[in-house]
Amino acid sequence: MSTKELDFGEHAARGEWWLRYAAPQAFFPLAGRLIPYFVVLAVVFAACGLYLGFFVAPTDFQQGEAYRIIFLHVPAAWMSMFLYVVMALWGALGFVLNTRLSGMMASAIAPTGALFTFIALWTGALWGKPTWGTWWVWDARLTSELILLFLYVGFIALKASIDDPRRADRAGAVLALVGVVNVPIIYFSVQWWNTLHQGASVSLTRSPSMATTMLWGMLLMALAAWMYAIAVCLARVRLIIREREREMAWMRELGGGE
Amino acid sequence: MKPRHKRLVAVVVGVAALAVSAALVLNAFRSNLVFFFSPSEVAENKAPQGRTFRLGGLVEKGSLKRAADGLTVSFVVTDTAKSIPVRYTGILPDLFKEGKGVVAQGQLGADGVFTAKEVLAKHDENYMAPEAAEAVEKARQAHERAVKSMAQSAAGAK
Repeated sequence: MSTKELDFGEHAARGEWWLRYAAPQAFFPLAGRLIPYFVVLAVVFAACGLYLGFFVAPTDFQQGEAYRIIFLHVPAAWMSMFLYVVMALWGALGFVLNTRLSGMMASAIAPTGALFTFIALWTGALWGKPTWGTWWVWDARLTSELILLFLYVGFIALKASIDDPRRADRAGAVLALVGVVNVPIIYFSVQWWNTLHQGASVSLTRSPSMATTMLWGMLLMALAAWMYAIAVCLARVRLIIREREREMAWMRELGGGE
Repeated sequence: MKPRHKRLVAVVVGVAALAVSAALVLNAFRSNLVFFFSPSEVAENKAPQGRTFRLGGLVEKGSLKRAADGLTVSFVVTDTAKSIPVRYTGILPDLFKEGKGVVAQGQLGADGVFTAKEVLAKHDENYMAPEAAEAVEKARQAHERAVKSMAQSAAGAK
């Protein structure tokens, strides 16, 4: 397998200036500059979303106040699936192009994805007890989401167990790509099989079956989750770059090598 | 082909092969992935015989009866085509209501009565304010009345 990196000078010459940021030494300061914006956006969106969700949105006609956990549960569940796909895409990109940054991005996303998966499962249990009457059942939706958590944990463990970071990146990419099959299974499980979990309230194909203020609260919380995820992943990838590139000349110049 | 094109093909082919095999496996295990059986499926003998399984459907309106001990309840689970009577002793979940979804775990007796050990409420994906739900219900009833009166006037015209 060729370990030759892409020649980014050549791309820059062709006007594809953004490919410059595929190099860790260019991405490191860019990420640092972007983080504060995403943090501010996350806080603003979360504040608006929580206000709408807990003070403006009406009580639900059948679940009463218990439904309000939806403002945490649904964004977390969306992010858990979405981040896995993004992680797998970074893995694939690194596998195909042999770029250093891709594997670092995949590593940076994994803990946040695992966190959102855990939140989705936990809030789901807290929601299930008062509404369904049980913390947990082995239906297709819940089980496939639990498998997603194991995939994240497996990805993190696999990468941590291989000393050579480039080999770890390739192994992680394969695991992430194998696991990506699970994401459509989670999403469509409620349509394909009889499940205790209800179907989707919001989808691209039909109008949402929620009151407007509830929907806005949920969408704002989803945006907040996006912004949080981006900010945290950028901060984490900076740490990974610092660690992996500590022997590189550019990092020594930055004083990050010690 | 450059090495990176080869690797791209390997990734695409690999993921496609995995997707196909996952689809085949899930199709093969289809019956085991079902969380509950509907009364129609039970009537077609698709549910396991003489073993515990889950029965899911709607609680038929007006079918809920409480025994004198206050804990034993009986109700009818229906999918509008078929229905099965259920007996259960225990605490019902808060969302358990006539006309709403329910999943009961237990066994079907020889007398055709399903004895449940656990009853779970299944709620739908609709969220709205109680006033909105009332308005929807009123609109539905008005619609039904309109259809009925139209049918009646059509019958009267004959």
